[in-house]
Amino acid sequence: MGVEGIGARVARKEDKRFITGKGRYTDDMVVVGMKHAHFVRSPYAHARIKSIDASAAARMPGVIGILNGKQLTEDGIGNIICGWMIHSKDGSPMNMGAWRPLAQDTVRYVGDAVAVVVADTKAQARDAAEAVVVDYEELPVVTDAVKAMQDGAPQLHPEAKNNLIFDWEIGDSAAVEEALKSAAHVTRMKILNNRLVPNPMEPRAALGIYDEAEDHYTCYTTSQNPHVARLVMSAFYNVAPENKLRVIAPDVGGGFGSKIYIYPEEIVCLWASKRTGVPVKWNSDRTEAFLSDAHGRDHVTEVELAFDENNNMTALKVDTIANLGAYMSLFSSSVPTYLYATLLSGQYRIPAIHGNVRTVYTNTAPVDAYRGAGRPEATYLLERIVETAARELNVEPAELRRQNFIREFPYQTPVIMCYDAGDYEASLEAAMKAADYRGFPARRDEAKSRGKLRGIGMSCYIEACGIAPSQAVGSLGAGVGLWESAEVRVNAVGTVEVLTGSHSHGQGHETTFAQLVNDRFGLPIDQVSIVHGDTDKVQMGMGTYGSRSGAVGMSAIVKALDKVEAKAKKIAAHLMEADESDIEISGGELKVKGTDKSVPWFQMALAAYTAHNLPEGMEPGLKEGAFYDPTNFTFPAGCYICEVEVDPETGKTEVVQFVAADDFGKIINPMIVEGQVHGGIAQGIGQALLEGTSYDPETGQLLTASYMDYTMPRADDLPSFNISTTETVCPGNPLGIKGCGEAGAIGSPPALMNAITDAIGNNDLTMPATPQKVWAALQG
Amino acid sequence: MAEITMTVNGRTVSGTCEDRTLLVQFIRENQGLTGTHVGCDTSQCGACVVHVDGKAVKSCTMLAAQANGSEVTTIEGLASGGELHPVQAAFREHHGLQCGFCTPGMIMTAVDMIRRHDGKLDEHTVRSELDGNICRCTGYHNIVKAILAAAEEMGSGSKVAAE
Repeated sequence: MGVEGIGARVARKEDKRFITGKGRYTDDMVVVGMKHAHFVRSPYAHARIKSIDASAAARMPGVIGILNGKQLTEDGIGNIICGWMIHSKDGSPMNMGAWRPLAQDTVRYVGDAVAVVVADTKAQARDAAEAVVVDYEELPVVTDAVKAMQDGAPQLHPEAKNNLIFDWEIGDSAAVEEALKSAAHVTRMKILNNRLVPNPMEPRAALGIYDEAEDHYTCYTTSQNPHVARLVMSAFYNVAPENKLRVIAPDVGGGFGSKIYIYPEEIVCLWASKRTGVPVKWNSDRTEAFLSDAHGRDHVTEVELAFDENNNMTALKVDTIANLGAYMSLFSSSVPTYLYATLLSGQYRIPAIHGNVRTVYTNTAPVDAYRGAGRPEATYLLERIVETAARELNVEPAELRRQNFIREFPYQTPVIMCYDAGDYEASLEAAMKAADYRGFPARRDEAKSRGKLRGIGMSCYIEACGIAPSQAVGSLGAGVGLWESAEVRVNAVGTVEVLTGSHSHGQGHETTFAQLVNDRFGLPIDQVSIVHGDTDKVQMGMGTYGSRSGAVGMSAIVKALDKVEAKAKKIAAHLMEADESDIEISGGELKVKGTDKSVPWFQMALAAYTAHNLPEGMEPGLKEGAFYDPTNFTFPAGCYICEVEVDPETGKTEVVQFVAADDFGKIINPMIVEGQVHGGIAQGIGQALLEGTSYDPETGQLLTASYMDYTMPRADDLPSFNISTTETVCPGNPLGIKGCGEAGAIGSPPALMNAITDAIGNNDLTMPATPQKVWAALQG
Repeated sequence: MAEITMTVNGRTVSGTCEDRTLLVQFIRENQGLTGTHVGCDTSQCGACVVHVDGKAVKSCTMLAAQANGSEVTTIEGLASGGELHPVQAAFREHHGLQCGFCTPGMIMTAVDMIRRHDGKLDEHTVRSELDGNICRCTGYHNIVKAILAAAEEMGSGSKVAAE
């Protein structure tokens, strides 16, 4: 391993601009003539729009234009799409209602955009938006998914009777019923997975620029996948053809899934720019973000886990109702199905599994992928019920898990996934050792002497990253392929540009991707630039989500590097009159094996571009591209152990120890991987302890729409984390890497809830385990 | 409209803005210093922390007019002569940032925290003092580490200077 190669803890190249205030985020962009947009949003969760009167607002200072849904429809702007088709178990396609970028007849959640004001300044746009008079006829509201399915519940979309979007299943129901009947023990639970608001620190923003002379559009946007944004805006929203639409996602301040989707605002900014003739910028405030960013989770599940007389798991039955909010967001249908129920086997040999999932419309913000997306929901229910079963069976939770671990690979689960590699015992052992698991009783007793209730809990998670291959996801309903592209350009002076379809919004790609080039050619990472986030520079890409940038994005770079290496060796062999099979590349030189002959990298590159002396028939230049489509998902896994102390007087929980042992396969930059795990765990602890999204059930008002009401994890809510890794190499991609972006958020909530319920001796507790809930559980 | 003159990063600047203009808007929109960020609308997140007359202030809690005549330092003014401030360097060395959005506010808060505690910080104090700054990426682990490392370096630096 070189100092900047694969496996090195290299400090990040991109940090310089961020620590000096020179990062360039969408809201930092200023163009000549730019004006500001403010959206008029529905204050009601469900209402018919009777009329919109913008006449007074239009006369206010600075106002350039006020646009509504009728004009949007007149201009042929399409509906917002869901990009993953799911069929119900009766074979019928999902019941999708229309989502207009600006609501025309009906609003279906608080925050639904109705009109947009464009004005000289942000403040003027906001003032005028206040003066737009929308006459609403209020309709009955439903926010709870279970209630929404009942007869007589308010109906959101005519297409979805009883608000049911689909009723989908996976696995073998008959086998599960049979196993439940003959089981020696069955553990049953009702599990709630709380709705979360992703809350990247940079609120969403968009800048739409229409150039009339060129009939060309540019969109700066806070996107995790600018190419997908361009594709969707072009192919479905009819904003502009792809060749006349440039999408740029510059520095993006976190995403966590919420910036995958193409929202109404960026479409409207582009369209409004053409309509008004000025560049139009919109920047969300935080309350708007709470109202209109896609939320995550929100499942209600009945689960049963069956055991034989030797405590071997025999069957798992899962019945889930997932709240998808008022409209189907881009990947909303895939999250509670293929990203969720396919992981229900966890790390265990469970011969029979059946999952049933019903998804439901409610008068709440749309729900889509949030860090982990389906996998946290699967892990939470499985690891809560395994821990609960261990308590019921009176066996040590770690041993019940160990006994049921999958030990042979590849392992075909009953729910589609085929696990390629893993060593679950290794991560369990590593975590137990790091946590001093066996020493817990003494710590519990010591805490008791201080009047504190100490508990311990674990979770053994598995997840799936790098959703692929494209053909397989296509057969499951995905509207896109899930490959990645890369292009490696070697300049005439030997410096390198890597163009990637992955997008970095905190993941450190500018460093880790450059480490790949250093590892291959020995060039300092300073001489390698990573280009991403601009559809005019990078031809096509699928973006960053689902921890795919390593396993898929980097694999594409490796393929392109392979081609560059092959051509570079041919050129060097020609220059040194050697056989290309004898050429080695290291330390920035191309050498002839076993001799002292060498050509510096830059000289080979120069030769490629001067083209004075190239092998016969070779094209000049040195630039290669590749598309990489994986052969399988990757399967990161690990074990998390959490210890808490609960104050019985107040119900307040303190996380006193958090241990993580993860298997991410090969690691490119341990420092960056550790950072990903830290952040994921913090979000998982946030879900378990602090973050609860609350809608008023009568009015559909979002009660937690600011940082005064929605409890974000802060530094003093969290401990320092004790994390380590084990390694089984992923056989499915050339680097052997699995992905690390979501594991922390997937594995941590059940570990924490298992610890709290252990501490208080009451298993009936839902997330977030606020002091109020924990105190109440202690009384009962 | 308010006529405002203040010193920003050592330079005297003047501008005219609406009375309701917040200091953060004046810095970002009038002065074009976009390193100071806006992450919320309730003065909770701390992405907008700058120094006003040497003290850390959330620049969304103050009208630009209130800062008239003040000396303001933003993240852009922290490094001197091309050399990073020790807190900036520590954030990079200890990977105390990911997306970078909360980072300017974190760094400005940390500089003030180290100054007020005379470099004598422990983990508990740092975590407690950071309660006005939200980060969604790092889980704070490496931010705390970076601040402690910077405090130690600055503490030992001042000792050397005193000797």
